[in-house]
Amino acid sequence: MECHANMDGTLKAPVTDYANDIHARHGFSCADCHGGDRNADDPEAAMNPAKGFKGHVARTAVPALCARCHSDAALMHRFKPQQRVDQLALYLTSVHGKRLATGDTAVANCVDCHSVHNIREVKDPLSPVHPLKLPETCARCHADAAHMQPYKIATNQFAEYRTSVHWEALSKRGDLSAPNCASCHGNHGAAPPQVASVAEVCGTCHVLFEEMYNKSPHKPVFAAMGGGGCTICHSNHGIRQPNIGMLAGTGAVCAQCHDATSAGGAAAAQMAGLLTKLDTALTQSDAVLNRAHDSGMEVSEPILRQMDGRQAQVKALVAMHEFQVAAVAKPVNEGLAVAAETRRAGEKALQDRDSRRVGLALSLLTIVITMVGLWMAIRSLESKAPAVPKPAGR
Amino acid sequence: MASATRPGGLGSWLDERLGLSALREFAAHKTVPLHSATIWYYFGGITLFLFTIQVLTGVLLLLYYRPSPTEAYESVQFIMTRVQFGWLVRSIHSWSANLMIFTAFIHMFSVVFLHSYRRPREITWLSGLVLLGLALGFGFSGYLLPWNKVSYFATKVGTDMAASVPIAGHQVARFLRGGADVGGATLTRFFGFHVAVLPGLTTLLLVVHLGLVQRHGMSSPPWSEGKKLSQMNFFPNFFLRELMAWYAALAVLGSLAALFPWELGEKADPFAPAPAGIRPEWYFLAPFYTLKLIPSHVWRVEGELLGLMGFALLAAWWVLLPFWASNSKGAVRTRWVTGAGVALLAYLVTFSLLGYFR
Repeated sequence: MECHANMDGTLKAPVTDYANDIHARHGFSCADCHGGDRNADDPEAAMNPAKGFKGHVARTAVPALCARCHSDAALMHRFKPQQRVDQLALYLTSVHGKRLATGDTAVANCVDCHSVHNIREVKDPLSPVHPLKLPETCARCHADAAHMQPYKIATNQFAEYRTSVHWEALSKRGDLSAPNCASCHGNHGAAPPQVASVAEVCGTCHVLFEEMYNKSPHKPVFAAMGGGGCTICHSNHGIRQPNIGMLAGTGAVCAQCHDATSAGGAAAAQMAGLLTKLDTALTQSDAVLNRAHDSGMEVSEPILRQMDGRQAQVKALVAMHEFQVAAVAKPVNEGLAVAAETRRAGEKALQDRDSRRVGLALSLLTIVITMVGLWMAIRSLESKAPAVPKPAGR
Repeated sequence: MASATRPGGLGSWLDERLGLSALREFAAHKTVPLHSATIWYYFGGITLFLFTIQVLTGVLLLLYYRPSPTEAYESVQFIMTRVQFGWLVRSIHSWSANLMIFTAFIHMFSVVFLHSYRRPREITWLSGLVLLGLALGFGFSGYLLPWNKVSYFATKVGTDMAASVPIAGHQVARFLRGGADVGGATLTRFFGFHVAVLPGLTTLLLVVHLGLVQRHGMSSPPWSEGKKLSQMNFFPNFFLRELMAWYAALAVLGSLAALFPWELGEKADPFAPAPAGIRPEWYFLAPFYTLKLIPSHVWRVEGELLGLMGFALLAAWWVLLPFWASNSKGAVRTRWVTGAGVALLAYLVTFSLLGYFR
């Protein structure tokens, strides 16, 4: 440490970086990875191969080197009892691990994602594998056309991901539970999900959607087509906010397979019609209730009830993944009943507001007439007996 | 009138028992001086009228209101949505409270600028200021009763201020809250203050205040002393004009209640974070904003404590106005008092506006 701290450039960098490294905080030193005599002051003695000094660690040797500790449950338990110790086992099953085993050193190993001498905990926002940073870390290689060229892998995943609802949730709303690359592909065991298992991957978060999809006529058809599941309609990396337009009309994803005159096309149009009807009804109720609320009317109860309508809308959107009109119609009808009820309440509140204003106008008229009467009475009184001057008191 | 005093009639019967003829005699001779500032005499009566409305609407609200954290909000919601004209009663009660405090302030400043506090009306001034304090107490205690989010956190802030007073602050805050924090016990307590303690004290003070006004008559401004002023009979001339003013107040009150019904807001949730931009009712905005401007520490003294000490000194100085307003020869320092009144009014208006818009 002392020697390298006095050097320049790449020989000094590890010492500077290591100050923030999680291993430094737990008392590990250079010799734990590079070997040598940690107590020797003399550089020759400290870096003596006879004392196990390895110097630069080959890229192919990195996973095994890290695993000396990270696969040792007893050792890891001392520092972080809940830390997993299966990273190497998983890595060996990954595309990265398999290719490294064949001698391809261009694939990612531990240090490519976690950094070398500046390794931080995953929860540290400065760590390259923190959920907010991970997509960019993966993109360092996967968005690099030159790097990916030998593997014939597309490089648009990161660009597409940045247009997705998942990226929006992660980066704009700061929702760390939103999916990043590792959520679908795994982290140490990184591999592309097989097309047949895509629905299962999405279903880890979108449980109800998966249940509905499994009941739908699409599942066996898509499976026969070679899989793809959710991605056939929603795409994979660039998943946008779904909307009713995906069912029917120009740009509908259903139209990719179903002709508008076919049974499937008609069902899609029916479902789109039902969902649009519910959305319109709820939006109109919202508008009426907002007008009543802005007029100062107490409509908190129907506003609360309106949430049941929105919940029915969500249920209908979930049920839509069963691709059965009847399944969608049930929650839609429930939602329409709520929308009608809340709209009636809002309209009643607006009628009450108008009645109040009429009542106010009549009251004001009565008050003004009374005041005029009083004023005339005062004038009549004072014309008969005018005020008399007297000396002012204190 | 003649029938009221006819021997053997009802008037004579009541007169013998209640001494009504003495009251009639008093009313017949009571006059009000006429000058350029006579209009300000009406504001005391308007404040009294609004207080009467408060009592009447308050009694109606009591028929349905339930003072517990689980029922308070719902009972006010019930009043506003299910009870016939409940919305109007609640809205009038809330608007009238604010208008009453507003007219009470006008009344106080008119007394200052007309120098009506001077000898022998010192106790009338003191009783009036105590009444204003009680009105603010009504406002503070009543604000919590709907148990909504804004009122809950405003009460938290208000009682926290009390806790920062040295020596007895924590005991006072604990007494107000009925515990370590604002909760169900605070609501019950504030309800008790609002419907029993404060009305009792106010009625007592009101009798003293009105009695003293009758005892000393209407004050004339210092610049009219020694001059001959036209006098208006209190009954019926001034009273009819006052009645017109009450009708005008009723029109304003009705319009505000019907066009801008008092909002109920969201139910209080003690576990939710305080909403952004929380602030007290308008009549507490000036001190609230002043305290916000004071740094957390000035030298070694806590800023909030320093602010509260400043307000206490200011209040004491204002309460003692009739005593420092006269010089050793008994002459009123009208310029000093007018200057102090203008300065206080400017401070209250400016800081209330800043507190509202910032």
